[in-house]
Order: sequence, then structure tokens, then C-alpha cells
Amino acid sequence: MKSIRDGFGEALVEIGHKNPDVVVLTADLAESTRVKEFAEAFPDRFFQVGVAEQALVTVAAGMALAGKIPFTTSYAVFSPGRTWEQIKITAALNDVPVKIIGAHAGFGASMYGATHQSLEDIALMRVIPNMVVVSPCDYEEAKKATISIAGNGKPSYLRLARQESPELTTPLRQGFEGQEFEIGKANTLYEGRDPQVAIIGCGPILSEALSAAKDLKEMGIETIVINNHTIKPIDDIAITNAARICEAIVTVEEHQIMGGLGSAVSEVVCQTHPVPIEFIGVHDCFGESSLDPMELWEKFGLKSKNIVEAVKKVLARKNA
Amino acid sequence: MTNLSLNKLQDEAKKIRRAVVEMIYKAQTGHPGGSLSAVEILVALYFETMKESDRFFLSNGHVCPALYAVMAEKGLISKESLSTYSSLGSPLQGHPERTKLKGIENTSGPLGIGLAQAAGYAAIKKDTTVYCMTSDGEHNEGNHWEAVNFAAKYKLNNLIQFVDKNNIQIEGTTDEIMPLGNLKEKYISSNWNVIEIDGHDFNEILTAVGKAKSEKGKSTVIIANTMFGKGMSFMEGNPDWHAKAPNDEEYQKAMEELNK
Repeated sequence: MKSIRDGFGEALVEIGHKNPDVVVLTADLAESTRVKEFAEAFPDRFFQVGVAEQALVTVAAGMALAGKIPFTTSYAVFSPGRTWEQIKITAALNDVPVKIIGAHAGFGASMYGATHQSLEDIALMRVIPNMVVVSPCDYEEAKKATISIAGNGKPSYLRLARQESPELTTPLRQGFEGQEFEIGKANTLYEGRDPQVAIIGCGPILSEALSAAKDLKEMGIETIVINNHTIKPIDDIAITNAARICEAIVTVEEHQIMGGLGSAVSEVVCQTHPVPIEFIGVHDCFGESSLDPMELWEKFGLKSKNIVEAVKKVLARKNA
Repeated sequence: MTNLSLNKLQDEAKKIRRAVVEMIYKAQTGHPGGSLSAVEILVALYFETMKESDRFFLSNGHVCPALYAVMAEKGLISKESLSTYSSLGSPLQGHPERTKLKGIENTSGPLGIGLAQAAGYAAIKKDTTVYCMTSDGEHNEGNHWEAVNFAAKYKLNNLIQFVDKNNIQIEGTTDEIMPLGNLKEKYISSNWNVIEIDGHDFNEILTAVGKAKSEKGKSTVIIANTMFGKGMSFMEGNPDWHAKAPNDEEYQKAMEELNK
């Protein structure tokens, strides 16, 4: 198993070699946001701004105005957490390609407690016009997403998990079989025959969704599992199709229910094809310290068994 | 001037250092370097200086092992609870939270936002002496300097800030990561009363607090020069120990040094 943040860091070095306009800034977190390798490879294109997240983002915006593609890294709680208005104005309203990299998102910084756990960042970023919001689910997808946002010309938010996590997607190799990655295009990770419920998620928690799909199959309940890696612009065609085929949806995210992926999916189907939805995520409360992030997934109901229950519940509503 | 003898204070500091290392070793997570540099300041405040009506705001919340250990020695929390630091369900969170632990004035951890809360409190509670501890690293944050201006404008002479100046932040020395410039001059030009001391010397700490309390029209900053990782030879001055737990061997070595 490899981590999503490692995928980001490795891809960033690759991009650095190809595109001299890519610059990287960090707020005293080069090592843990995995930009140290870039800093060593391209010392002239790396800027250490200190623990100064507001400067991190706004200085990057200035560099973008000067023609660069700046990647800014911190923990998601600090940026976009602390830097929201700066991002809105200097990156998004300016419409320059500043990349906001939010590390240790979700419960990754479990031991550090609520202050360091980012469960609101998707909501914060997707509400800003012009902003692209991507939450990769594994190491390989993090690489693909990093390469994609480097070239999209837009202000973009990339959500990174801290811990190592199962591989759910395949490497992208030109000329070989490999799962395509396109911003705004959801991928199907599993499709059962005559599925009754669509499970739509993002991030490493999709491994729990796949495990739930397997358990449900054994119970005679078929599902589709959709990796909705881009929360904005959202793939309304794929989501509407899933709603039409299954007539019931469960959304899965390591984030607050309010304003996150589940909300984004709801906004789509409410307008195109309303169906019952159940939400797996954090229900309007703060995280807390734990020595193991999985303990928090357990406590906050983000495990496979919780997804199984949610699927049964939404099926009952659909068939009522 | 001391109620407790100097020996007693030094003895407390030793106990706190031991508890800090034990907590971080047991949890295998935490921030030893800054926790150890802050010990004498916290011991002086909690065992000597602060009255019940005084308030203490911790801004650099990651050094909470030192604060928890002081609170346990002081009898504000149980000593047994220290072994639960950062575990699921513990009131002793990885960064301190006021809703989880009685005696914590402000939830903290994210840097640069503690002094502003202390200043806000001090502006309302003019008769309360408000202490705030900050780190030198968090002087990178703009929010901190906004609070410096606020305190000066409103002449908050009941606000006393300790800067734990250990010269180290996460990934290196403050000079490498973001040079602070002349901190003393910056505070003087911001219209603060400035006192510079050795942050491990109880006499200097207590004398500085005495001077700060007699200040009539300004907030006081006590720039406490300290040693990151103080007391553990292998941690002292080494940025690697910002957020790292000792292994078995390092723990043994730490305990031996503490027993000297």
C-alpha cells in the first residue's frame, strides 16, 4: 500500500521536469506534504514561506499572475481552512491557476485531534466559483489528478489523505491498459448485474464502499460503486444515469455531510431524477484524538458495515 | 520573592519533563521539543505566579503535554489521565480543547490565533491578569501581528505574553524557515513593554512577571530564550524532535538523563 500524498509528491517531480512554469510553495510542511523531493530537484522553483498560510496562497496568486503554475501545500485545516477568502479573491476571482493542496484531509491526523482534522474542506472549496475540486482515492489516482490539475489552467483544490491506503485504480501508462482519469468524469469501480443501489463516493474511503458491495452481493443485493473523484465540476451525467438505473443512492465521504460530496450528488439528482439517498459521512460534529484513524472511521460510522446498513435502509425507502 | 523555594520549582520542572517524555513515549505521538522548552515558564506560572482569578491562554497548543503534566502535578487533573494522551475518548487531546478538559481556557493548535483570544479576553476583563504563551515559530502568522497591534492600541497592561523563543519550528531553525528579524525591536516599535530573559531561569521569569504586572500603559512581552528539547541531550536544538516520539532506546536514555 502507498499513500495518496506520496502519489502527489512523485507526480509533482515528474511535472517539474516537464513544465518549467510549475513552482511549489509550502508553509513549513515540505516533508509531510511530500514536496521535499521537488524542493531538492528544483531549488529555484521552491519557496518556503514559513507558517504563514495566508501569504502562502496570496504570494502564489501573485506568481500565477506572473505566468507561473504554483502548487501551494499545507494541511487542509490550514489551507483552505484559514485561507478561504484569500483563495476566493486572489486565486478564483482573479481566475489564475493556483493549486491548493490540502494534506492530512479527513481523519488522517487522527492523533492530533479535531484542530488538525479537516472535515469541511470540500464544502469550503466547492462553493467558490471557478474552483475545481478533486479528491483522489489512491496513490495512482493522486498521480493522475496532480498531472491533470497542473495542466487545467484553473484554480484547483486537491484533497490528500495522510495514511497508506489500498490500491483501487490502475496506473496510467500510455499505450497500455489503464484506468483513464479525466477531471469531471466519474469512474465505475464495480458494477453488479441489475444493481439496486448506486454507492457514490470519493477518497480512500471507497475501499470501504467496495468491501460493502462485496458483502451486499453475498446477501443478494447488487450495487454499482462509483468513484466520483471530481466534486466540481461534478459528473451530472454519470450521477443521473446511476439514479435512473438504481433508483436509490448511498453517498460515502470522509467529510461533513453538510456541503460535501453527498450534498453535491443531491443537488444533481434533485434536479434531474430525484431518488432516495442515504449519506455516509460525519454528521455535524467535530473529530477527536485517536492513535489510529481507523478507530475514528469506526466511531463516526464510516466503515463497510455502516455502508451495508445504509444500502439496506435506502432500499427499504425505495421499495416502500 | 518566591513562595516555593527555587529547589522546589526545579524539582517540579524535573517531574514535568519526565511526565512529558513518558506521555509522548506511551502514545508514540506528540511534540517533545517545544514541550520541553516551555517547562520552566509553565511551572513558574502555575506553581508561583498565577492567582485563581488569573487566566492562561496557550497559543502553541502542540506543547500541551507540558501543560497537561503541570495540571496533573498541580492536582487539576489526575496523574493517571496522562497515560491516555491522544487516545480515543481521552480528555487530553493531541491539541488541547476547552470543551473536553476543564482548566483549558482556549482550544488551540493551529498557530497564530492564541494571542488574539487572550487580548480579546483582556480587553473585556480589565481586572484580570491574562497570560498567553506563544512560540517564536508562530510569529510567521499574520494573525499574531494583528493581535499585537490590537493589544497596543487598547493599552492592555493586563496582558502578559511569554514567547518561548527556542529558535526552532517544524522543519528547521527559525532562521532557515522564516527569519524573525529582531523580535525585541519589532515589539518595541509596536509599542509593547519588552523584557528579554533566560526562559529556564526561575528568578528571571519571576522577576520579569513582577515588572510586567507593574506596567501601567502597555502589554508586556517576555521574550524567553529557551533550548528546544531542554534536558534531553539528544533532542536539544535538533528540529527532528518537533513532532517525534522517542523509541525504546531513546526513552531509556531520556530517563537516565532525567535521573542524573
